[in-house]
Amino acid sequence: MATPADLERVAGGPARAAPRTHPFRRLVRRRGAAVGLAVIASFVALAVLAPAVAPYDPLATSWSAIRKAPTAAHWFGTDEIGRDVLARVIWGARASLLAGVVSVLISLAIGVPVGLLAGYAGGKVDMLISRLTDAVLACPFLILAIALAAFLGPSLTNAMIAIGVSATPVFVRLTRGQAMAVKAEEYVLAARAIGNPPWRIALAHVLPNIVPALIVQATLAIAAAVIAEASLSFLGLGQQPPAPSWGSMLNTAKNYIDNAPWMAIWPGVSIFVLVLSFNLVGDGLRDALDPRHA
Amino acid sequence: MLTFLVRRIATIVPTLVFVSMLIFGLQQLLPGDPAVVLAGEDRDPDVVAYLQKKMHLDQPLPVRYLYWIDGVLRGDLGESLRMQKPVLALIVEKLPVTLELACMAIVIALAIGVPAGIVSAVRRNTAWDYAANAVALWGLSTPNFWLGIMLILLFSVTLGWLPASGFVSPFEDLTANLAALIMPAFVLGNAIAAVLMRHTRSAMLQVLSSDYVRTARAKGLSEAAVILKHALRNALIPVITLGALELGTLLSGAVLTEQVFTIPGFGKLIVDAVFNRDYAVVQGVVLFTATAYIVLNLLADIAYVVVNPQMRAQ
Repeated sequence: MATPADLERVAGGPARAAPRTHPFRRLVRRRGAAVGLAVIASFVALAVLAPAVAPYDPLATSWSAIRKAPTAAHWFGTDEIGRDVLARVIWGARASLLAGVVSVLISLAIGVPVGLLAGYAGGKVDMLISRLTDAVLACPFLILAIALAAFLGPSLTNAMIAIGVSATPVFVRLTRGQAMAVKAEEYVLAARAIGNPPWRIALAHVLPNIVPALIVQATLAIAAAVIAEASLSFLGLGQQPPAPSWGSMLNTAKNYIDNAPWMAIWPGVSIFVLVLSFNLVGDGLRDALDPRHA
Repeated sequence: MLTFLVRRIATIVPTLVFVSMLIFGLQQLLPGDPAVVLAGEDRDPDVVAYLQKKMHLDQPLPVRYLYWIDGVLRGDLGESLRMQKPVLALIVEKLPVTLELACMAIVIALAIGVPAGIVSAVRRNTAWDYAANAVALWGLSTPNFWLGIMLILLFSVTLGWLPASGFVSPFEDLTANLAALIMPAFVLGNAIAAVLMRHTRSAMLQVLSSDYVRTARAKGLSEAAVILKHALRNALIPVITLGALELGTLLSGAVLTEQVFTIPGFGKLIVDAVFNRDYAVVQGVVLFTATAYIVLNLLADIAYVVVNPQMRAQ
């Protein structure tokens, strides 16, 4: 997941000059980010419309079409039990996108309130939360996700929980750091002076000002979560067969690499293109939301 | 320096305590009686009874934690039910393989990442810079297990140059050992190279605009001497610390890489343990990696202070 260097890249500091143009316009002006957005939109459309656009049922086997190379009938070829690889790649986009988005939502749902509490309350609460965050960060991301998925049991839902929980400390740290910086701003002091309760200041004044940094980090975290879901599925701890997932497709494909390489090429290309797109959009968002990077 | 050391070591103690609580807490995620689950599919009543007694399941949770941490502090990470061996012995047995792989990966990452970062910073906003950034983005976006499969397809299946899997000890046959590890090490080093490239570029850009570099140029030193002798030396200081944080990526990557190339190391140990429901091994490996990560970061911080005169003065 994100390193502290990424956090520095993302955080940049809360006090920013008022942007002259809308951030979305600045984002789409960057060629890489615009291409990334278009690719992500295509993947989302494919995932949503999978029943309509997939050429075959992703679970339908055909004993007469086992490990067939790409042809006009099967553009991406077929797998070890005659299933259409293109159909499985299209349906697999659902698992990857779902895992990417849901696990980051889990991280945000836990990380942002906890980080706000630590940053805004300070003192012993901050110290306790910070030490807990350090403890989770000390466990390498994927190893912790594997351990959590192992104890929870292998399934896509548990993989999403495991990835989400493992990625949470990054959001706690980011929110805490931003909240600490924002709470010293004059408008927050003014809000406190007129008698607003702490929870209202945190939610109405501090949170809106740290949203840009959170959006950038969340986009980069989705990229990491897509790879993590594929990794867990590759190890057999994510989406369970026969349901399609890019990671589990690669797990099977590695056993047939010498005589059916197409089984491995397309799911991998899909992961690469989707993750690259999220990284491009994340980098573009960082530049668009922070004028100092522009 | 001594005050820094004492303060820095003091901060890792609570972190280690929380890490141990977190890892002990993993057991609580198991549905039902942990002893029954840990006993595996056979659920041998003798094993269940043995585990219930060994895990002190009749005691409250905090007491069970104290028993467990007492064992951990004495080097007892539990016993593998499948392999009938102490977990620590298994870790010690598998660690050298992963360490060799990790060292090769670091060498590859440094050989690619640092020069690419230097070129990218020195030739800022040129084709070199764009190419280096594109390579870094490629490294960050490629799932390493897929890259491994693609390398097997190219170098083992198509060209037949390298073995697709397996491991040979360097003491048996060094050439075969290097041939077996070069692809996995490249796969593992690839993502870290991308991160190192970005760190080096950013640090070099900062250093290149500093006064002492301008002075070095004004003295009439050659550009190579300015970059390599004056700028790089200082730019590498933060890269050391930030590079140490990549240990987590290295260990996580090793799990997948060892699985793809069937290397009998640390990563394969945890994956096999997961599928054998050998939970003591899973817990032991996570605890060991987290502790190693914390200690190595501490060493990196100390190294940072030692090599940086400004920090030493503070």
